[in-house]
Amino acid sequence: MTQTWDINGAEISSRLFLGTAGYSSLDALRQSIESSTPGLITVSLRRENAAGKGQSFWNIIKEFDIPVLPNTAGCYGVEEAITTAEMAREIFDTNRIKLEVIGDDYTLQPDPYGLLLATEKLIDKGFEVYPYMTDDLVLAQRLVDLGCNILMPWGSPIGSGRGLNNIYALRQLRERFPDKTLVIDAGLGAPSHAAQAMEMGYDAILLNTAVAKAGDAPLMAGAFAKAIEAGRAAYLSGIIAKQEHATPSTPLLDKPFWHQEKS
Amino acid sequence: MKITINGTIKTIDNAMNIHNFLISEGYEDKLVAIAINNHFIARTAYNDYTIQDNDIIEIVAPMQGG
Repeated sequence: MTQTWDINGAEISSRLFLGTAGYSSLDALRQSIESSTPGLITVSLRRENAAGKGQSFWNIIKEFDIPVLPNTAGCYGVEEAITTAEMAREIFDTNRIKLEVIGDDYTLQPDPYGLLLATEKLIDKGFEVYPYMTDDLVLAQRLVDLGCNILMPWGSPIGSGRGLNNIYALRQLRERFPDKTLVIDAGLGAPSHAAQAMEMGYDAILLNTAVAKAGDAPLMAGAFAKAIEAGRAAYLSGIIAKQEHATPSTPLLDKPFWHQEKS
Repeated sequence: MKITINGTIKTIDNAMNIHNFLISEGYEDKLVAIAINNHFIARTAYNDYTIQDNDIIEIVAPMQGG
């Protein structure tokens, strides 16, 4: 079932984008990548000392022939996010940037105003912006107006495991932006959450904590990969409409005793 | 002169460009990127920028992220 697909001109092998943070060990991370073969791997930047603590992580990621999606995680300001993106572009040699401009400490909700300002500047600088956003329809339209071909609304707050908090808003985004790539980013806990989003027609799922903090991360990574494939297949197959009454699945015509005359 | 590297204040004796600064600090073989005073400095400009007194230098490397 797995087929390559196109995201902004790049051929991607899977609809799962996997985060690399919070695993119990680098080996658990490596096994999770192996068991799920994600289409993109998200990475970040942190201060480096001369001992080179970040180099061993990067050596593992390089073992896989999977494109990376750097993020600006932890940025609360526009200029900070832009500088981080520029550093990420040089280190990871890609124009892709998962743009996070956080506006609230407690929910890690993106700052929509900062997100728009940073998006505009980064697109001007040649970046391919993957905006981490709320499910707000008008914000989505403004991002598209700026040139975003990809939108990444949250399912729910990062790491919360709550799944899709606002089904209505997420359906609206899918219906209103049929030609844009929509990726659910953040808040998923169970593979069924991912399948639900894919059944709604979302193009991909980005997740991290649900895998990294699972009891068996590699096993959970594989479970998410299967759920995403299943949800995509279901969407393409055409899910039946809900109805209020029962319809027998077994034909009743000529069943034994069918309309038998009473003696 | 006094500079700040990744949040830590440090004194260095000689003015030097970024290329030489990274070597002196032990980063010569590391994959890193640099921002000085909140502005990204491209690798191609390492020989052109001389570290100034009170510069705030961020040195970053690949790290896990979601």
